[in-house]
Amino acid sequence: MTDQEILDALRSIVSEIAGIDEAAIDADKSFVDDLDIDSLSMVEIAMEMDSKLGVGIPDEELKNIKTVGDAIAYVKANS
Amino acid sequence: MSKQIATRPRTFSRISGLGVYRPTEVVPNEAIIHNIDSSDEWIRERSGIITRRYATADVTIIDMAVWAAEKAIADAGLTPADIDNVIVSTISHPYQTPSAAVFIADRLGIPNPGAMDISAACAGFCYAIGMADAEVSSGQSRNTLVIGVEKLSEWIDINDRGTAFIFADGAGAVVVSPSETAEIGPTMWGSDGSNWDAIVMAPGLHEIRDPKDPKAVVGERPVLRMQGQKVFRWTVSEMPKIAHAAIEAAGLTPADIDVFVPHQANLRITKAMMKSLGFADDIKVAEDIQFSGNTSAASIPLGLEQLRSTGVAQSGELALLIGFGAGLAYAAQVVRIP
Repeated sequence: MTDQEILDALRSIVSEIAGIDEAAIDADKSFVDDLDIDSLSMVEIAMEMDSKLGVGIPDEELKNIKTVGDAIAYVKANS
Repeated sequence: MSKQIATRPRTFSRISGLGVYRPTEVVPNEAIIHNIDSSDEWIRERSGIITRRYATADVTIIDMAVWAAEKAIADAGLTPADIDNVIVSTISHPYQTPSAAVFIADRLGIPNPGAMDISAACAGFCYAIGMADAEVSSGQSRNTLVIGVEKLSEWIDINDRGTAFIFADGAGAVVVSPSETAEIGPTMWGSDGSNWDAIVMAPGLHEIRDPKDPKAVVGERPVLRMQGQKVFRWTVSEMPKIAHAAIEAAGLTPADIDVFVPHQANLRITKAMMKSLGFADDIKVAEDIQFSGNTSAASIPLGLEQLRSTGVAQSGELALLIGFGAGLAYAAQVVRIP
């Protein structure tokens, strides 16, 4: 998958779970500071990534995923 | 050949009565936030909790359990003398022995009942329903009193951001009685001990024993600790499967369920679980956590009673109960609402 394909998939997932406009979701956005996503929603996003992209992020790794770009990099490194 | 062993006549079981006790002290988020550097909005968003109830210092879990049980026995049209066995699920009884059940049975005036506590934390009420169903169906007991009771306000770290706002106090009880038809479905129970560290009450009593003076204690007293993300992930991914298994074991489909009463762990967990359960759009869902907090073993009867007493749920409807928590232990069954 390209970065853009992963970003598109993440936009759909994050938008669905957190009720955020897809246009507001970009690689440089911080999940917590910019998108106002809390720790439980991050778990839901990780579970949905597992289901849709085949790459889940375990709890111990989740704390290192600060931005949407971090999530994209994680998917690329683990798919 | 040696003689045959006699058994009692086999039958079916039902929940015949329901009663609860809600502590009088209503504790808003404003009373919690200064201890955890938080806000009312933060707590509501992460848990759905608006207020919770704490029992006052002079009220014990025995008091709360007795007050709930008296209502459940009356609701069943029975008297304490009709009860053969008392099963109590709690993690906040302050004595290792004797059980809370013997105190409660004595206070209720039940003459010489079977009496025991079980330890399955937030799954305990559904475990106890499964046990009560089995013993009533087998004829071992005519009427079994099942109680979930907690005074978790005494077992939390008020400065722990992960738990201080969640846990609370309360009691709920049901009576399980014989029935000509099956009104309690098979209990689907299990556990995953590999995740035992997700929710613990620690330190252990052995760890606070002073090695220099075996009669003395050292360090901090036990409190509940929880890895919230781990519990959330496990619950949302695994518990819908258990819920579906309980519905299927009862010969039903999700569309047949009128009322959903999950353990009131966190409103976010309830809402996330709902996405994959496939209930009808007009399913009635317990959201008692908003005003009761997470009362562990007591939360399912409290949630059911809240729906029944407000007329949202009706006697005779089918309810799916599912408890899950420390262990990680879980149990679920379909019951007909008394």
